[in-house]
Amino acid sequence: MDEASTDASIVMREVTKRHGDTLAVDRLSLTIRKGEFFAILGPSGSGKTTTLRLLAGFEQPDAGEIIIEGQPMQGVPPNRRPVNLVFQNYALFPHMTVAQNVAFGLEMKGLQAAEIGPRVAEALEMVRLAGKQDRLPSQLSGGEQQRVALARALVNHPAVLLLDEPLGALDKQLRLEMEVELKALQERVGITFVCVTHDQEEALTMSDRLAVMHHGRLLQVGTPEEIYTAPASAFVASFIGVSNSLPGRVQAIEGQRATVAVEGIGLVHAPACTGLRAGTPVLVTIRPERLHLSRDPATDGYQNQIAVRVAKAIYSGNEMHYLVTLPNNLTWKARVPNADGTAKRFHAGESAYLKWRTTEAVLLPE
Amino acid sequence: MKTRSWLVAASVADLLFLYLPIAILFVFSFNASKLSARWQGFSLEWYAKLFTDQALLAATVNSLIVATVSTVLAGVLGVLTAVALERQPFRWQGAFEGLLLMPIVIPEIMMGVAMLLFFVMIKLPLSLLTMIIAHTIFNFPVVALIVRARLRKLDPRLEEAARDLGATPWVAFKRVTLPLLMPGIVGALLMAFTLSLDDFIISFFTAGVGSTTLPIKVYGMLKSAVTPEVNALSAILVLVSMALVAAATWVQRK
Repeated sequence: MDEASTDASIVMREVTKRHGDTLAVDRLSLTIRKGEFFAILGPSGSGKTTTLRLLAGFEQPDAGEIIIEGQPMQGVPPNRRPVNLVFQNYALFPHMTVAQNVAFGLEMKGLQAAEIGPRVAEALEMVRLAGKQDRLPSQLSGGEQQRVALARALVNHPAVLLLDEPLGALDKQLRLEMEVELKALQERVGITFVCVTHDQEEALTMSDRLAVMHHGRLLQVGTPEEIYTAPASAFVASFIGVSNSLPGRVQAIEGQRATVAVEGIGLVHAPACTGLRAGTPVLVTIRPERLHLSRDPATDGYQNQIAVRVAKAIYSGNEMHYLVTLPNNLTWKARVPNADGTAKRFHAGESAYLKWRTTEAVLLPE
Repeated sequence: MKTRSWLVAASVADLLFLYLPIAILFVFSFNASKLSARWQGFSLEWYAKLFTDQALLAATVNSLIVATVSTVLAGVLGVLTAVALERQPFRWQGAFEGLLLMPIVIPEIMMGVAMLLFFVMIKLPLSLLTMIIAHTIFNFPVVALIVRARLRKLDPRLEEAARDLGATPWVAFKRVTLPLLMPGIVGALLMAFTLSLDDFIISFFTAGVGSTTLPIKVYGMLKSAVTPEVNALSAILVLVSMALVAAATWVQRK
């Protein structure tokens, strides 16, 4: 029947979890497919970690149903679930060597030493830690500890690997490398990965599909491209990196294009979305990197233009970050590549024209 | 700078006050004179006498039995209590914790009298057993507090990780929590052993005929006179206690 079909790895139906007076997870329904890299993205307190703990079995839902690999998980303790969790700070056993850590799950399954040895070696090989099996976790770097945590989970051949902010404790350079490595690892082992993160770049880079959560509710599920190009709400848009928005009312719709009247600014254009009528209150949103800043009032191909004042100019290596003040006193961000040399840079206090193409904007119902 | 040297001087004076009498006792335990007041040359005579005194040896055996059994009992109760307090929040936990501290705060003599009355009331004859029960009662909060402090510093996610990897709650505790708790437990047991070995007041009220322990024996010997033999026995007790406490501190630092 329905979503519990054979290609579903995890099905959550109307799952609710209360922590005291707050709804940590609010009627969450979600299907995660077999073999997909699924990310759950949200700010802290959005309920994403609680969702992961519900899947791992450390918490029981107050209402709703969780099915993993066709099995209802009601009342099933963590040690009997076909999932393994990579903890945020790895939670490696400090009194055991790397090999003993990795062997722990196999020992619990009652495997013989003759079988455990080769499987531990294989798992350590997979995460490029061969030769470090006799070290204690405290003798490893952060990146190595993280790979031990991965090996310790994957050696059990779980149906689903759960990852709680797996790259959160690593420095930026290592994080970028591990994003690629994790994705490659997931493709190699072919099992379902469910990864919780607050970092939108991480979620977009690694996942096949992702869900955005806020206040315990699921706001949108889709591929990274769908979520990035067509955010379904103002929160998703701002969380995924679209920070500029203008509140207005639809004045007219001509085919694919909507004209929106914005108080204090005038008319702006954006691609129409479904369910619009003249008079509908909407948000016109546009990403900072899609904006152009110019001293020349000529429209040169951009259908939208607003006269602004530069409030702040921040040098950021390959880009300039500008904060600009709109005529209606809203502040927008613009990110402009630095390739053109210093002559074209703007300084705080300067007047400028902010321009963008209609197709670059996204219209959201308010 | 001035204030600091003043503070150091005060601390040194403090320590002198504390340890000078013990040092004198120690020195005079080697005194050849039978009258403790005057030094008449070095001698091990009193130590040799100790080891041939049958009553004293019996008291030593009693002390070791009481200390060992009450330490083991207090250890089991204390560890279970620490785990319950830290990992299984329950109703009235605050009240329970307050009551747990009571044996440490209540004047010892009250505890001694209360236990004596209680044992008489339930018609349990005073013996080694009553002393063991009493020592277990004042030792178990000590073990619970020390082990709990250690447990509080342990990441609860370690036990969750073990559960996630297939361990039942008991196996997760045995394989992960218990080994990491061990330094705290050993330290707590050494401390409990020392407290039991050194206790006089509660032992005095709960000891029966023939269950005299070392501190009670020392007190009995003092009734006649402060003999060099008492000095020698006290010196040994002080040294053993200090060694045990030092070991407890060292183990816990790991």
